[in-house]
Amino acid sequence: MSPDDYFNRTRLIIVAGKGGVGKTVVAASLARLAARTGRSTLLIEIDGRGAMRSLFNPDATPTSDTRSGETELLGGSDNTGWIRSRSITPDTALVEWLNDHGLKLVSKRLQRTGAIEVISTATPGIKDLLVLGKIRKLVHESDADLIIVDAPAAGHALTFLRAPALLLEMAQTGPIHAQAKSVLAMLSDPAMCQVMLVTSPEETPVNELIDTAFQLEDDVGIQLSPVVVNGLYPTIEGLNADLSEARSNLGVAKIAELTAAAEFRQSRSNLQAEQQLRLAEQLPLEQITLHYIFNADIGPSQIDQLATELAAGIDALHELDER
Amino acid sequence: MSGRDRGLADSAGISRIVSDREILVLTGTGGVGKTTIAAVMALEAAMRGRRVALVTIDPAKRLADALGIEELGNQPSAIELGDISGHLVAMMLDTKSTFDELVVRHAPTPEQAQRILANNFYSNISNALSGTQEYMAMEKLYELTMSGDYDLVVVDTPPSRNALAFLDSPNLLARLIDHWLYRALMTPTRRLLRASQILLRQLSKIVGGEVVEDVVAFFQAFEGMEAGFKERSQKVMELLGSDACSFVLVASARRDTTIEAVYFADQLTRNNLAIDAVVMNRLQPDIIRLTRRPRAPEFVPFLRAHDELHALADREGTHIASLLSQIEGDPVMVRVPLLDSDVHDLTSLERLRALLFV
Repeated sequence: MSPDDYFNRTRLIIVAGKGGVGKTVVAASLARLAARTGRSTLLIEIDGRGAMRSLFNPDATPTSDTRSGETELLGGSDNTGWIRSRSITPDTALVEWLNDHGLKLVSKRLQRTGAIEVISTATPGIKDLLVLGKIRKLVHESDADLIIVDAPAAGHALTFLRAPALLLEMAQTGPIHAQAKSVLAMLSDPAMCQVMLVTSPEETPVNELIDTAFQLEDDVGIQLSPVVVNGLYPTIEGLNADLSEARSNLGVAKIAELTAAAEFRQSRSNLQAEQQLRLAEQLPLEQITLHYIFNADIGPSQIDQLATELAAGIDALHELDER
Repeated sequence: MSGRDRGLADSAGISRIVSDREILVLTGTGGVGKTTIAAVMALEAAMRGRRVALVTIDPAKRLADALGIEELGNQPSAIELGDISGHLVAMMLDTKSTFDELVVRHAPTPEQAQRILANNFYSNISNALSGTQEYMAMEKLYELTMSGDYDLVVVDTPPSRNALAFLDSPNLLARLIDHWLYRALMTPTRRLLRASQILLRQLSKIVGGEVVEDVVAFFQAFEGMEAGFKERSQKVMELLGSDACSFVLVASARRDTTIEAVYFADQLTRNNLAIDAVVMNRLQPDIIRLTRRPRAPEFVPFLRAHDELHALADREGTHIASLLSQIEGDPVMVRVPLLDSDVHDLTSLERLRALLFV
């Protein structure tokens, strides 16, 4: 499948995974790849603290985005798309939603009396629903070709994406009910929305990804895109060679230490390979692999490199649309 | 393993914390290995002859198996330590049952407890509300500390990007029942009652009438219990602020995770809670640093591995320095190396323990 075909399948990609697996980096690389295909992307962070901006422009001080506006991360040209980011804050989502729905007076009153907190408590998931509602609005109104969401950490991602179904059941009438219904319709339509799950090749994140994948499909009916295995150590051939005969001026002790370091690297690699294999066995979804970058922190050129790897991974997919 | 499988730890500092304190709260963002470090510290304290309880939130399956806490209910059970002497119990926090037990304990009558447990609003709070898991971790911590059965309680906090989520959690119910709407419904003056009716009507329009009915029913069922809950919240906060309690920040040495860790530390400091120890987890091990590079072709892959590990270790050094320079106070610093195997059984926990506590 070409990256073009891949991006043609849907308008919204939600990137989700356990904390620490690099989903923000994957979301950024995916946007970078989309830009290469000429697509403009809006990257949405939930409660972001500027992590996205620092990936594209590491010298900027990471600060929390208090404005609701968009930040340009990459300017577009004739053949490449632009990338912009914006952050949605769950805490203000309810107020914004009330204001947007002609309930400005009610909203003021609720804020003044503190009842806004009672609503949030009385209707768990309401903030998540309204964040999704806002995303849905952007999906319809944004001039971007593609919307990519850096979802809350998995575990939380599951709660996040389950919120509409939960609220549909809880509030049986009224505007919240209507909102839940339209968000759910978006989530369950593969042409509108797909979820890309990210994991590192380690035991706990892999387990969490498998659980999340099955529950998302069962409970939300959401289309899962191939999963991304992020941070795989590149294979180095020849690390099991015997150095004792090799010509060098290193002493026996140093050779032994060098060999031990190589063995350490090999053991970590083997552990990763085991986990990646286990993921393949337990979850019938195709995988895209991104390799670990040893020599630099992730910045613009690493994002570029990972976008190329993503392209290769997508090219290698043979899955046809399951719809 | 690279010859020097050693922890570069302020061993004396961390040993003192494990020997002295009555409560250790492990904090940090998700994915940094809080649960493993919590288990290692609990194990060390037990080996020092203390009676230790470990409360985990969501342990990796194999670690849970190793600790024998898989089928456990919500009560601590003793861990079989094999050759190691010591008394260690562990449990996996079950948010809902902890909350249920709390309601049953505080309710004046069993009937009132049942009314609360059956209420939809209550089940929202106890199941899905963000902050509830944190709140119940605190409650469990308080319960175990007050039981007198343990010298040390080690608690692992839920994965969160936000330290406030759990610092604020004991106030969760207190804030709700302090709300004037609650008071209006419980002890209605005419003016309050009218205001609350208007408000309830507006709420009904937004979230639907059923939700509001549940809220009202919950408040009514909760009558008379609020004082007990509020008092308890206060006591938990006092306990956390006391000298008997230490906060341990677990972090990994990457740029993004150190930024998060600094944010975390900042929130704790603002709440007058000092971080007593910083555990930098899963660092690259020290390996030989070659100055003269052998030319023979067999060395090519070895030199690549050598260079990559050093590049990574050097960057880790930069991030650790940056983290430490941004944390207030003078926390004990502990460096925990990445092992060549995953930490998922007592043997590997013990190996990690030996590295931290030389």
